[in-house]
Amino acid sequence: MAKIIVVTSGKGGVGKTTTSAAISSGIAMRGHKTVVIDFDIGLRNLDIIMNCERRVVYDFVNVINGEANLRQALIKDKRAENLYILPASQTRDKDALTVEGVERILNELAADGFEYIICDSPAGIEHGAFMAMYFADMAIVVANPEVSSVRDSDRILGILQSKSRRAERGERVEECLLLTRYNPERVAKGEMLGVTDVEEILATKLLGVIPESETVLKASNQGIPVIHDIESPAGQAYSDAVGRLLGEEVEHRFMSVEQKGLFKRLFRRSA
Amino acid sequence: MSIFDYFRSAKKDTASIAKERLQIIVAHERNQRNKPDYLPKLQQELLEVIRKYVDVDQDQVEVQLDNNGNCSVLELNITLPDRV
Ligand SMILES: Nc1ncnc2c1ncn2[C@@H]1O[C@H](COP(=O)(O)OP(=O)(O)OP(=O)(O)O)[C@@H](O)[C@H]1O
Ligand SMILES: [Mg+2]
Repeated sequence: MAKIIVVTSGKGGVGKTTTSAAISSGIAMRGHKTVVIDFDIGLRNLDIIMNCERRVVYDFVNVINGEANLRQALIKDKRAENLYILPASQTRDKDALTVEGVERILNELAADGFEYIICDSPAGIEHGAFMAMYFADMAIVVANPEVSSVRDSDRILGILQSKSRRAERGERVEECLLLTRYNPERVAKGEMLGVTDVEEILATKLLGVIPESETVLKASNQGIPVIHDIESPAGQAYSDAVGRLLGEEVEHRFMSVEQKGLFKRLFRRSA
Repeated sequence: MSIFDYFRSAKKDTASIAKERLQIIVAHERNQRNKPDYLPKLQQELLEVIRKYVDVDQDQVEVQLDNNGNCSVLELNITLPDRV
């Protein structure tokens, strides 16, 4: 049975697409057949983050409308063996997604043997974001350590707990928090919310902390999901998060200044 | 004392202020969303009934549902207009 994971946040620009690309790549690299779906209809961007923007022929909405089949629309990732991308449509409006249409595609993907279906949600709490989370078994709530992002995360948690299909059936979506763009130095100075603060406010299990890192921009410049950059703290932090997602016990790192200092020292020594 | 000194001497750093503010607003918003769906409609209909007798504004009728352990209290607060 396929596990459907939504990457969501409420607030825009917090790192959902970066996370969807990294996490789906990481799961696939560990041998699981994985598909990542861009639900940001009209603002397709997962394709450019994953360097397949010039290979898009058909998209998610084409498949829903029966204008193409899944096989024609799925793009095989060039880096990770078991990974496929289903791009968003660039032209249609977001009402093109229907509950029935999305359900049909998810069922087809599951029947095709996909083990993990990652849904990259658009920002907001409108139709597109609702479609991305409705069928989810698990939700990765991406937040930045900043007041508006944390507040929006709580709203999204509320929606997951009341409006998702699992909620309608009296079940629960497995929720976890991914705190990204984390800056331990600023936390130490009391200028930024710390991970324990955010955990306490949201009362949600922590999947991981991704440090603010220059390598994320470098990775997106080249269209290489940052998880492939195994030297970078952000790449390593995403790798750890994938491990936890798959049930491994992985200790948290990159959360404090000391650790980061040690890392730098180790790096310098090995360089 | 300049504003700069004020900020420096203030005990609380900005992250603590952020945390406190978030705790308050998140608790408030959770409380709102745990309310049953019928509450706004109940409030509207109550308002209509009250208006048959007294001239009150929308915001002068307050309906609140508080959960105390295993019992809930529906509190109705109506501010009547000043007598002239
Ligand atoms: N850990 C990080 N360190 C530094 N920059 C980051 C990090 N994570 C994300 N970013 C940057 O933040 C910006 C927004 O990221 P991204 O597009 O993934 O967000 P999003 O939540 O998908 O946005 P939208 O709501 O528009 O879909 C990008 O420029 C990205 O490079
Ligand atoms: Mg995005």
